[in-house]
Amino acid sequence: MSTAAGTMDHHDHDHHHHAPSGITRWLFTTNHKDIGSMYLWFSFIMFLLGGSMALVIRAELFQPGLQLVDPHFFNQMTTVHGLIMVFGAVMPAFTGLANWMVPMMIGAPDMALPRMNNWSFWILPFAFAILLASLFMEGGGPAFGWTFYAPLSTTYSSDSTALFVFSVHIMGISSIMGAINVIVTIMNMRAPGMTYMKMPLFVWTWFITAFLLIAVMPVLAAAVTMVLTDKYFGTSFFDAAGGGDPVMFQHIFWFFGHPEVYIMILPSFGIVSAIIPAFSRKPLFGYASMVYATAAIAGLSFLVWAHHMFTTGMPVAAALFFMYCTMLISVPTGVKVFNWVATMWRGAITFETPMLFALAFVILFTIGGFSGLMLAITPVDFQYHDTYFVVAHFHYVLVTGAIFSIMAAAYYWLPKWTGHMYNETLAKWHFWVSLISVNVLFFPMHFVGLAGMPRRIPDYALQFADINQIVSIGAFVFGLSQLIFLVVVVKCIRGGEKAPAKPWEGATGLEWTVPSPAPYHTFDTPPEVK
Amino acid sequence: MSTRLIGALLAALPFTASAQSQLNLTQGVTEISNRVYDLHMTILYICIVIGIVVFGAMFWSMIAHRKSRGHKPATFHENVKVEILWTVIPFLILIGMAIPATSTLIAMEDTSESDVTVLITGSQWKWHYRYFEHDVEYFSLLATRPDQINNKLPKGENYLLEVDRPLVIPTGQKVRFLITSDDVIHSWWVPAFAVKKDANPGFINEAWTKVDEPGIYRGQCAELCGKDHGYMPIVVIAKEPADYEAWITAQQTAQREAKAEEQRLLAMSMTKQELMELGERVYLGSCAACHQPNGQGIPGVFPTLVGTEMVTNDINGHIDIVLYGKQGTSMQAFGNMLSLREIAAVVTYERNAWGNNTGELIQAADVNARTKN
Repeated sequence: MSTAAGTMDHHDHDHHHHAPSGITRWLFTTNHKDIGSMYLWFSFIMFLLGGSMALVIRAELFQPGLQLVDPHFFNQMTTVHGLIMVFGAVMPAFTGLANWMVPMMIGAPDMALPRMNNWSFWILPFAFAILLASLFMEGGGPAFGWTFYAPLSTTYSSDSTALFVFSVHIMGISSIMGAINVIVTIMNMRAPGMTYMKMPLFVWTWFITAFLLIAVMPVLAAAVTMVLTDKYFGTSFFDAAGGGDPVMFQHIFWFFGHPEVYIMILPSFGIVSAIIPAFSRKPLFGYASMVYATAAIAGLSFLVWAHHMFTTGMPVAAALFFMYCTMLISVPTGVKVFNWVATMWRGAITFETPMLFALAFVILFTIGGFSGLMLAITPVDFQYHDTYFVVAHFHYVLVTGAIFSIMAAAYYWLPKWTGHMYNETLAKWHFWVSLISVNVLFFPMHFVGLAGMPRRIPDYALQFADINQIVSIGAFVFGLSQLIFLVVVVKCIRGGEKAPAKPWEGATGLEWTVPSPAPYHTFDTPPEVK
Repeated sequence: MSTRLIGALLAALPFTASAQSQLNLTQGVTEISNRVYDLHMTILYICIVIGIVVFGAMFWSMIAHRKSRGHKPATFHENVKVEILWTVIPFLILIGMAIPATSTLIAMEDTSESDVTVLITGSQWKWHYRYFEHDVEYFSLLATRPDQINNKLPKGENYLLEVDRPLVIPTGQKVRFLITSDDVIHSWWVPAFAVKKDANPGFINEAWTKVDEPGIYRGQCAELCGKDHGYMPIVVIAKEPADYEAWITAQQTAQREAKAEEQRLLAMSMTKQELMELGERVYLGSCAACHQPNGQGIPGVFPTLVGTEMVTNDINGHIDIVLYGKQGTSMQAFGNMLSLREIAAVVTYERNAWGNNTGELIQAADVNARTKN
């Protein structure tokens, strides 16, 4: 029997394989499945860690007044929660999925650059160790929000800023290496007959995402470097007193930040485009338009950054330009949603857990899209900006969007990874408890934001009290319900009903042509794609 | 910590709907804020209608096209006409949204022909208002008592939304706001006016409002600006023009008299008890947010005032840093914010509290000697 990476026991290796065992297997591995598993476990640990910080925030906000933490620590929690969730949970989870699935989906034996692959994973734990260690420094960790606006992050920040900058640099290097690997793999290692327009959408969306990563991670690196030199070396990029401009920081940051938003959602589109056809038993509707829509979204993502900055004071013409471009993004995004619905239309639908998460994704991501459209309208954005309405918006897109799609992907491919079926009953419990609690958590945030509650405050006026209490209860239930997911995954790795090569009736793609669990090395001889 | 958490949970149980929770956007009291509200509602309704259509189709599939019902899957996977249609229709809807949005935005950004101009300066964590046409300026600070924030006293009706000196504007006149900052980025936001504009250090932003109804309007800083970002509210009182004029005159007189009084008192010496009492009050109001009520600051962020070289030795340096702040740090200049007496008192307090016990008394005249005018 061959063993997929991700299993807890690694005693019985593939017969042709001579990898070291024990810890060195994981340290020195160049196998895309091992590295994929490490990425996924890492991101899950970060998800729980970032989630506990969110629970500190929600516990403090359960009632008006200061109860548990002081405002300075509260700001560190909001900042590090954001950084961990973006760079530690969502992005590595997608890289993990890409590592596992892209080679199998295109009929390649491994990633194109396996040693770089090992390196791009193994620098990540150090990046986050540095970031987390900064919380224990004198003066505390970063407390300026994950957006680290200057001059709050320069002149007015604590000494741990250097550690923050260094850790973001490492995260960026890791992302860029991962992206290069994905691009090189897809361009060079497709099986014969696997033309670009035959690639599964997950491969397509990751291909485009990887280009976005290479385009914008260096911009982030530039932003943090300028913060570093402004704070420690006397430059004045963002200091008006030295001829700089604090608003320029925001332009640079969001030139990275907005494509970053799509980096965290395009792979989701790919996942959902695999799962919905599988459980509707019907081919994906509008494959070509899906590809073009993804490319259009990626292109437009470079023209909308300043919609995060409408209140910074910009010329009316600029505000109008960014408003129109932002509104335009809803057209290709709408096309995607319509295509998913059309895929389901007149299918033969079943509701296994991956499908449930994918359906929840479509509905809740669309709600996040609606609030995004509302936020695009500049005059109304003046009222929404920096309130809980924005917090609700991006958590709908990131939690019920990106993270739900990652959960869907995990359930969908777990049988392929482990060779066992997961426990469907427990998984459905995980889904329903998560679905209800996540909406109790994030939906009321729309109301409290519209009513005027600013974001990133540790204490609030009395009229916001009732809703905050509901939100906090939702947060704790949602947080704890993720432990069910952990149980399902661990049980599935340890045993369970044996999974056939293709456990899902309607699933298509090369990954289902290999046995479950997928052998340590797949496609040593490239398959023929017709 | 866990007992505190349980205590907090228990205390919250009887906490039922004390105030009606607002669920929708503030309609506001100006023509602009009403246009913004209407725009918000229009887009919301459009989104709801689209949502009903899309989610309706989805749920219809989920119910009618289930395998368990024996539904056999169709095989279609593209339809160019449909795909063009659902690209073009959203585009047309967007144009319909963009037109009113554009006209509202242009109206909001037109700051010309104003009647009154106020310069608003944010700093950690207070607002400063200066009337351009009159010799009136003052700081506006949170008025909620720390005991309410720390749950030692019941919270008042306007908890965290009350200030010591609100901004006063006339009704029926176009008031232009020039907005800037002394340190980090803040954002001046009054929902009832639909005005939110960032206060950027070194740059000046413009906004305006025209309020028709007299009243009290409350807002908050909207941009994360450090530790006490949650504690820098905004209160604006709109008064009838006549009342406003009377208020301006009273302020001018009061500020002139305060200056004259200050000069007169220069010659007078305060006793240690007077200095320490006034100093403690000023310290808690202006200094304790950073240096903490016990003077020990927050290590690595805000320096301690206990037993340092400056506080025990360097009197002139101590007075100067309070008067002029320290470039490149969070320490701001208090010369404009506090009177000479208050600065004298707070410096005395810092030099004699928390075991600093220098025994030195600083008088207003000593501070005056360090000012550069």
